[in-house]
Amino acid sequence: MKTAAQKMGIAGVALAAVLAGACSKDVGTASPQADQAQASASKDFQKNLLEQLISAKTGDVIELPAGTFHLNRSLSLDVDGVTIRGAGKDKTVLSFKNQIQGAEGLLVNASDFTIENLAIEDTIGDALKVNEGKNIVIRNVRVEWTNGPATENGAYGIYPVRTTNTLLEGNVAIGASDAGIYVGQSRNVIVRNNRAESNVAGIEIENTIGADVYDNVATKNAGGILVFNMPNLPQPGHSTRVYNNKVFKNNTENFGHKGTPVAAVPAGSGVVINSNDNVEIFDNDIADNDTANVIVSSYFMAGYYTDKSTQKAFDPYPEGIYVYGNKFSGGGGSPGLMKLKALKVAEFGLSGSLPDILWDGAVDANKMVDGKLPDALKLCVDNGDAKVLNVDFQHDFKNITTEMDSHQCSLKKLPQIVLDFDKPQGDGKEVAKVEASDA
Amino acid sequence: MRKLVWGAVLAPILALTLQGCDAPREQVTFFERDAVPEKLSAWHLVEAIDGELSPNAGVTPYDLNTALFSDYAHKLRTVWMPAGKSAKYAKEDFDYPVGTVLTKTFYYPKGKNGTILRTDDYSNDYVPGAAGERLQLANVRLMETRILVKRADGWQALPYVWNKEQTEATLQIAGDASRMKMVSESGDSDDFTYVVPDRNQCAGCHADNHSKKALHPLGPRARHLNKDYTYGTGTQNQLLHWQQIGYLTGLPEFAEIPRDADYADISASLDERARAYLDINCGHCHNPSGPAGYSGLDLYHEETVARRYGVCKPPIAAGTGSGDHLFDIVPGQPGQSIIPFRVGSTNPGAMMPELGRTLVHEKGLALLRDWIASMPGSCS
Repeated sequence: MKTAAQKMGIAGVALAAVLAGACSKDVGTASPQADQAQASASKDFQKNLLEQLISAKTGDVIELPAGTFHLNRSLSLDVDGVTIRGAGKDKTVLSFKNQIQGAEGLLVNASDFTIENLAIEDTIGDALKVNEGKNIVIRNVRVEWTNGPATENGAYGIYPVRTTNTLLEGNVAIGASDAGIYVGQSRNVIVRNNRAESNVAGIEIENTIGADVYDNVATKNAGGILVFNMPNLPQPGHSTRVYNNKVFKNNTENFGHKGTPVAAVPAGSGVVINSNDNVEIFDNDIADNDTANVIVSSYFMAGYYTDKSTQKAFDPYPEGIYVYGNKFSGGGGSPGLMKLKALKVAEFGLSGSLPDILWDGAVDANKMVDGKLPDALKLCVDNGDAKVLNVDFQHDFKNITTEMDSHQCSLKKLPQIVLDFDKPQGDGKEVAKVEASDA
Repeated sequence: MRKLVWGAVLAPILALTLQGCDAPREQVTFFERDAVPEKLSAWHLVEAIDGELSPNAGVTPYDLNTALFSDYAHKLRTVWMPAGKSAKYAKEDFDYPVGTVLTKTFYYPKGKNGTILRTDDYSNDYVPGAAGERLQLANVRLMETRILVKRADGWQALPYVWNKEQTEATLQIAGDASRMKMVSESGDSDDFTYVVPDRNQCAGCHADNHSKKALHPLGPRARHLNKDYTYGTGTQNQLLHWQQIGYLTGLPEFAEIPRDADYADISASLDERARAYLDINCGHCHNPSGPAGYSGLDLYHEETVARRYGVCKPPIAAGTGSGDHLFDIVPGQPGQSIIPFRVGSTNPGAMMPELGRTLVHEKGLALLRDWIASMPGSCS
């Protein structure tokens, strides 16, 4: 079988020539022919790639050469067992700057899928979406909106939804108007060694069961790392561990679209848990997030909850949240919500700061035993002298407190997420082998 | 059996009426999955012959109560089944026999100076005396003919794109895009890009069960087909016609057959019209097992829980598509509702449906707005 690289060799050569031409343009010697040649090389590339994706067979490796390729229509892949591999996340660039069609850059509905070593830039909608599939690897992929944070940017960068056994590692996500890296309604997920920068939400785990989020960097987002549960969905999520991450200076103004769940996240949020259960936040380095380094809140606080908007069975309370061993510094000095700003001034003075952990204080009265929540449902904090600010959202901020007694508890630790195919340095072949023996 | 005999008798008669005195046409040719011809004409389904696009013998045109909007394109749909085979009726997806071939030819009425017309009037599209059957090529600009063919292992989608001379269409699995100028009845003109989906994008709609990935025909289902059609032989309900020509068995009592409203038929209720419109335009993705099942928004015809079809439902992953609104539908407030915002958008990152259009369907949008405006209550 011909690889894409072989097929595209000609386009690649043409493109190299074109790139040289494009450079010379800067010094004023470029010709219209060079522009045309570039457009034509990209057109060939697009058609070849579309045909490769459509005709792909299980086991195929689609290799993309180095270069910047302009695509104006979205790509999709439906075949299981395919690898798409570029020459590097700064070398092979699929640019969708002039996209006229499609809600994504690349849409995948396939299992045993690996994509690595390339960049997807400036898609009009989501950059890379995987909608259903098992054994998904997204590695060393950069998704970026190159004009920086802007509301008109596409919504999601890396976006696996309804997947099982998913590894996201070594990726970079920049400028998404919703979440840079978003895992929704999935099971068994590892998100590690990624960098999320200048998105509304850096990394978001939503309605997902079993996720380990570690060794990531989240900075300059409005919210760094989010673990959410949303109502009206087929799968409620639980059990996420957020550890060993660096989550700092997530103070970019929230540029999300009103009405989207992340638009309710105040700028300056480090790690945010909303409505999700059994979440551990430990051994992270969380610093200088202006609203709070950690926020634990219920769906009520998102402002969307009404009896009409939310299915009856939905549990809006975050329960079984365990915060321990993190290194907190700075933060809380300039909350991103007016109400919290006023509260900060009233409680901690003009030059003061909110404590590291902000909690809306909402608890489910139906689950109380003798007037107290059982330990397993509590917000437990074992984090040096870090304090919890309970803003008593359910009673309109009446009983604001920083008492820590009710948080001095420990929770049973969650198991590590293990993916059978997980070999950090493994190439596509190894992955395929492990999966085959799995089947 | 009697019905099959009927079909066998009818087909040659139809062929005669369609062909006039021309030389006999080659029969419809069925190709195997891996031997798909490059040229549409090789199928002998719908062919450009003597200035007409005409269906071959047994290639029966059909229409839908409410059809998917595709940038105001007019469509000629046909069904063909191998001799002696018929589809079995079902409330949802008919059990079509292996060898069934559906075609959908997208075209526009021609305007002046290479423009195309935006009109709901089909009357000038046809050869005089062949309304609903044969297209007059001098009056129309052919864009593409999509084929859905039923194999032993499932349906296969094949997009063929017509050449400018309108003599032949060529397989383009990677799709196509062409710039067009469309002139409306009031004389306004729109430049737009007509996009032929690639073969995977066909599946984006036709695999209405996302996990199983299997393609299905979307239009030719009982509730969409249940209407009259004017054939060369006279006007007849399409399902009865299919039964009569031997293409359909197991048709229940007429009263039991579901029927979607015609979205433009103002004698039907706003609710029926809007739900029919959402069903055909959105329900193939927005159903619990569809590609948009994860959104929790279900717009297929069977959904009865108001929140699930959008009333006061907050968005999940709408991104740019939220349009700064909090709910998919706010009763009485179309301007505050996400659905009309997305249906009214042409930004590929925000618009719905995601594929198949680059223009706004003004009538469809107006219907949805009227429907929402008529809803009592609020979301608070």
